[in-house]
Amino acid sequence: MNANVTASSGPKRRRTAHATGPASRSIWSKVALLIGAFAFLFPFYYMIVGSLQKEPDSSPAGAFPDPGNLSLHNYAAINSAISLGRSLINSGIFTGGVIICTTVFGLLAGYALARLQFRGRSSTFALVLLVQVVPFQLLMIPLYVLIVRNYGLADSYLGMILPFAINTSAVFIFRQFFLQLPPAMFEAARMDGASELQILFRIAVPLCRPALVSVVLLSFTGPWNEFLWPFLVTKRQDMQPLAVSLANYISTVSSAAANPFGAILAGACVLAAPAVALYIAFQHRFTSTDIDSATKG
Amino acid sequence: MSSTHSDTHGPARGKRGAGRSTTARRQLWQLRLGGHQPVGMLFVSPYLLYLAAIFVYPLGFAVWMSFHQYFFTAPGVKVDRPFVGLDNYTAVLTDPDVWRSFLNIAVFLVINVPLTVVASLVLASALNQKLRYRSFFRTAYYIPYVTASVAVVGVWIFLFNSNGLVNQALGPLAPDPSWLVNSHLAMPTVAVFVAWKQLGFFVVLYLSALQNVPQELYESAAIDGAGKFRMFRSITIPAVRPATLLVLILATVTGANLFTEPYLLTSGGGPDGATTSPVLLMYQRGLQQGHPDQAAAIGVILVVLITAVSLVYRRFLERD
Repeated sequence: MNANVTASSGPKRRRTAHATGPASRSIWSKVALLIGAFAFLFPFYYMIVGSLQKEPDSSPAGAFPDPGNLSLHNYAAINSAISLGRSLINSGIFTGGVIICTTVFGLLAGYALARLQFRGRSSTFALVLLVQVVPFQLLMIPLYVLIVRNYGLADSYLGMILPFAINTSAVFIFRQFFLQLPPAMFEAARMDGASELQILFRIAVPLCRPALVSVVLLSFTGPWNEFLWPFLVTKRQDMQPLAVSLANYISTVSSAAANPFGAILAGACVLAAPAVALYIAFQHRFTSTDIDSATKG
Repeated sequence: MSSTHSDTHGPARGKRGAGRSTTARRQLWQLRLGGHQPVGMLFVSPYLLYLAAIFVYPLGFAVWMSFHQYFFTAPGVKVDRPFVGLDNYTAVLTDPDVWRSFLNIAVFLVINVPLTVVASLVLASALNQKLRYRSFFRTAYYIPYVTASVAVVGVWIFLFNSNGLVNQALGPLAPDPSWLVNSHLAMPTVAVFVAWKQLGFFVVLYLSALQNVPQELYESAAIDGAGKFRMFRSITIPAVRPATLLVLILATVTGANLFTEPYLLTSGGGPDGATTSPVLLMYQRGLQQGHPDQAAAIGVILVVLITAVSLVYRRFLERD
């Protein structure tokens, strides 16, 4: 996608630049981009360097790794404080559950909204649009009352997953994708007597791998990074996802610890790594088209 | 959008129906009841049931709760939840802490939203040209967005505490008390943090809008002798207006939902309540102090305010 855009708009742009003064435009925007990139990446660099320092060094010299001062003991410290393994498993189950639900419901609804004529389709679609404007925070109190108090789902994976099992953005991404596929393909399968479920899983799903990857990535970062809801649902430490146990460490334990920042930064690295790694590995998938379909419908 | 699509299906289906006249009557009956593919209802039903249970019902419940006296009981205990009219709203609106939290979020939005719009448009314009390492820059801006708030909050506390790197670098210019414990600077610092954290998303959003601006406009403007700044003002900004509206609304909605950052960056809304957000207050009122009815009222007021602000943006940007 990237390459496409550059290739198609490149020559025209260059002509524009020539007409307006080529050097100034590119130098200033490059300076802006470089300053921006530094401001955006430096905290991450500092996170890694800080997490590896035996003694915290907040002077400017501390921004450069000193081989004599490096160790992994901050990782051991955070592991003994919040049990990283357990927290990671909880994060994994929570995230995995959300991904499965989002994908299955998203596929079914997206396919139906794009490719099936049924009564109530347009009202369903209107409802889907409406849901996007309801802020989660208004639902926080009633959902807490219902899920934690009435259904007794505190400290359970189901309780964590429930509010995220629907993801309207996923429905949109699938819908947009299925709309792009040629209708003749589906017609042909129907003529051959395939059921809609067969069409969906034998034809549509194999074709929609790019959309699937987008949805999986999209629904990974949400629950993996989510703090507020699992924080409300889990009181037992052995049920808390990493974001919650690290946040609890930051807000309570850290003030009493000897070198809290080292341990916090080590925990932050562990929490940040999977999402950042996934993003970098699949970054060509995080295209503006997805964001478009997710936000505009 | 959905209606244009249903038209593309129409003719093909009609032809097929005519070809199989034996089942025509049954099909017509089916059509009236469920449409061409009633199985679609089955496909969307899990999604709709979820919507009903997780969005629609709780939404109504929130509004209902805000007009009743509601308190936590042991599970299964039946108690009266008397209708109290606007009591919860009066209680909330006469509470200076609530006013403070709405004022705090206003300060937040006044700093965060313009900063987000300007910075993301500038960065997106800089990125929207033939450029080496383009994907590197895009990645750099997007990484804070995909990272957990909790993780980056850890670094910011480290960077901005009283003897953190930022103050060490500033030397005598460092504020005292430091950024996050200074009642004048804490909320601005949180606003900058959130802008930084989310900018990548808005950069990508603007990038996709900028790619749809016709290049011919710039070319003819250049022939007319327009300067760079003039072109940016007269072509780029009007052309991306729909994207700007979206950025404004999304930045405002996420800003109004602020919770994690004041909770963690400024240890629960300090100093002296300077960063207490309405959602943080909802958590404290509703779940810590056991007044979910008042918390629901704060939520309803918050949503009404966000909606009003979004409508103002809309009026303002869609005027011509």
